[in-house]
Amino acid sequence: MIAETGLAALWLAAGLAALQFVLMIAALRTETEVSRAMRSIAVLQGVLTLIAFAMLIIVFARSDMSVALVFENSNSAKPFIYKVAGAWGNHEGSMLMWVTILAVAGAFLGLLAHRTGERTLLAALGAQAVLALGFYAFLLFASNPFARMWPAPPDGQGLNPLLQDPGLAFHPPTLYLGYVGLSVAFSLAVGALLTGEVDSRLARAMRPWVLAAWILLTLGITAGSYWAYYELGWGGYWFWDPVENASLMPWLAATALLHSINVLAARGALKAWTMMLAVIAFSMSMVGTFLVRSGILTSVHAFAIDPQRGTFLLALLAIYVGAAFVLFAWRGAVLKEGAPFELVSRESGLVINNLILSVILGVVFVGTLYPLFVEAVSGEKLSVGAPYFNAVAGPLALLLAALVGIGPLLAWRRERRPVLKKLPIPALLGATALAITIILWPQMNMLPRVGFMIAAYLAAASLLPLIGRNPLRAPFATWGMVVAHFGIAVALLGMAANAAFTVERLAIAQPGDILSVGPWQVQLQSVVPTAGQNFTAVEAELRATRGGDIITLSPQTRYFSDPPTATNESAIRTFWNGQLYTVVGKQDVSGAWQLRLWWKPFVTLIWAGGALIALGGALALVGRRFRFSFFRRREKADWRRERYA
Amino acid sequence: MSRAVRFAPLALLLLVIVALVWRLATPADTDVHSTLEGKRVPAFALAAGLPSKPAFSSGDLATGRPHLVNVFASWCVPCVTEVKVLQTLKDSGVAVDGIAIRDSAPELADFLLRNGDPYERIGSDPRSQVQIALGSSGVPESFVVDGKGVIRYQHIGPIEQGDVPMILSKLEKAR
Repeated sequence: MIAETGLAALWLAAGLAALQFVLMIAALRTETEVSRAMRSIAVLQGVLTLIAFAMLIIVFARSDMSVALVFENSNSAKPFIYKVAGAWGNHEGSMLMWVTILAVAGAFLGLLAHRTGERTLLAALGAQAVLALGFYAFLLFASNPFARMWPAPPDGQGLNPLLQDPGLAFHPPTLYLGYVGLSVAFSLAVGALLTGEVDSRLARAMRPWVLAAWILLTLGITAGSYWAYYELGWGGYWFWDPVENASLMPWLAATALLHSINVLAARGALKAWTMMLAVIAFSMSMVGTFLVRSGILTSVHAFAIDPQRGTFLLALLAIYVGAAFVLFAWRGAVLKEGAPFELVSRESGLVINNLILSVILGVVFVGTLYPLFVEAVSGEKLSVGAPYFNAVAGPLALLLAALVGIGPLLAWRRERRPVLKKLPIPALLGATALAITIILWPQMNMLPRVGFMIAAYLAAASLLPLIGRNPLRAPFATWGMVVAHFGIAVALLGMAANAAFTVERLAIAQPGDILSVGPWQVQLQSVVPTAGQNFTAVEAELRATRGGDIITLSPQTRYFSDPPTATNESAIRTFWNGQLYTVVGKQDVSGAWQLRLWWKPFVTLIWAGGALIALGGALALVGRRFRFSFFRRREKADWRRERYA
Repeated sequence: MSRAVRFAPLALLLLVIVALVWRLATPADTDVHSTLEGKRVPAFALAAGLPSKPAFSSGDLATGRPHLVNVFASWCVPCVTEVKVLQTLKDSGVAVDGIAIRDSAPELADFLLRNGDPYERIGSDPRSQVQIALGSSGVPESFVVDGKGVIRYQHIGPIEQGDVPMILSKLEKAR
């Protein structure tokens, strides 16, 4: 009954979405008063998808093997948390989660939006319903998560062990919330293009959605990067894999949108460009979902490949993005550009930011899809990997990071003050960092060297917007910007340190052998078999020291039986100045063990930086929503005193 | 904003969609094709792997009839099952030669005694030099070489019973 309830809820939600679309057309053509009806339908639709999703979680939690999806992706011996997380650790479940978030976002749009014009809101709600409708059709006709099996098998086939990790419970939901949060920006842009009401009110309505989606994407990418780092046992944090790029592309577009939307909100300028970005940001989410779910590009994230599903998703992508682009081509001409600005101004700074981000987005997009184009034209097979992305996107990102130090100091409309004069301390810090790397490490590569320089400069420059005023009185939004920009410097420092100073040691060791890696002496004590709830493992005991205390690390190789797979569980120890990363591999004929050891100075700063960037976004979101600042009350009091004075 | 600019995104989207549709319609060919196919076997001269058998050099391949060159080793587990399939190929008249990788004569003799011996010649490649020159990255691998000493086909992994007709037709074509 539970599965059937879920399915029924899904059908009802699909029906409501269709109704919502029809009402939108009626509203736009005939000025019918439907706004209340549409808002409540949007809310109801959100509630129904939540019910469907809850039903799926229940069948997974109860290991109901008569549901085909549970049989294929779960196993009664699995720890409880992975049973629940298994609900979205597969194609059908994750698509249900996608449509649930889409509908719930639509519900909140119906409940919360008061800033746009009524007609634009109705058009946006209609657009959101159309988006959801396509995915309902996809679920109901091509990937029904509630399909039954008869007779019910005794036990399931299990979840890919690589996914049996706490990271899985949070990583996909976070990314999906981010992807789908951008759908609201898309719908609002489509609505505004339909009604022609592209103005600063629209930008203010769109901004919290973009900001929230962007925060979640940032967190999702950061968490995914750390998961790949410790779970895959390769010691790397970013592989330029198509699936990683699929999450990076919406983030790049959302980052650009986040900045251009401020221009539209504050100055009413960059109308067409901002609408285009809003469309592109969600399009990139759909492209990402398509790339991941169709298995069209070879990737380490080996998801099930199904051409029928790929075709369905591609059709949705073509219809939605195509329709938005047609709308843009048709209605773009009516957009009047807003207030003009001069060459040196905050607006220009943000335009440059957008240009560089767009070029990086283009570089990643082309690099990800290029092998496909080449094979289509010449039949030649090739792959585009880290060397291309690092060489092309790396310098662009460094250039952008350098400009991030200057942009926030510029005034809106025109800047007459000599802004560069504010930068002596950051410039000095950057130059010092460069000099130190040249003197101490003359062999260092160019990219990390420049990375250190810009990280040092930006760490100081990012704080400048708080200098020369009482920082406690600065609005939360300003604090958010400062924290996020400072986070870029922190992450950059981590990347540069990781690129320049990582020490790697691959060795075959007998128990008792001592290996040195960087400042560490690591001794292999023993290798013993052990067992977990649903796996057996061999566990190495390593004792490591760099002069002081001895620490013990226990990396494992785990063997799962359902499905039969081996995974490397790395053992990582974090210190203030880096991580010691150890992996135990196979045993060779002579009885010795493969060991991989890394000393990675300051690598944790990469993810700390990512977290800071997201925190900055959160501060801005809270500040924009509630207009907080630390001394809000005082300010109000001051204003009263003025009034009565 | 000019008309061309407004329609540019749409044009780009169409281009991408066409490429993606093409890929969905023609799934990727994931087989590895050797770049040595169609090229002459690199020159090599290997000592005999067993005292009882003749040595093996690249000159032995350009004899006017096709050869199947099997890269194997006595320490290789899949080779144990493959060698029986090679025996059936030999029984149907195929000339099978072997290159033993990082092997020793006593172990090789033991391996052939247990599992059968389909090889005309066995060359010993103790440091994998010929294996690398052939572009082979593991054991077992096999090469179909035509009568002029040109590589026609590289088979990665063991030749299984089901592969026999395919191998025979490749050898027939190389005639």
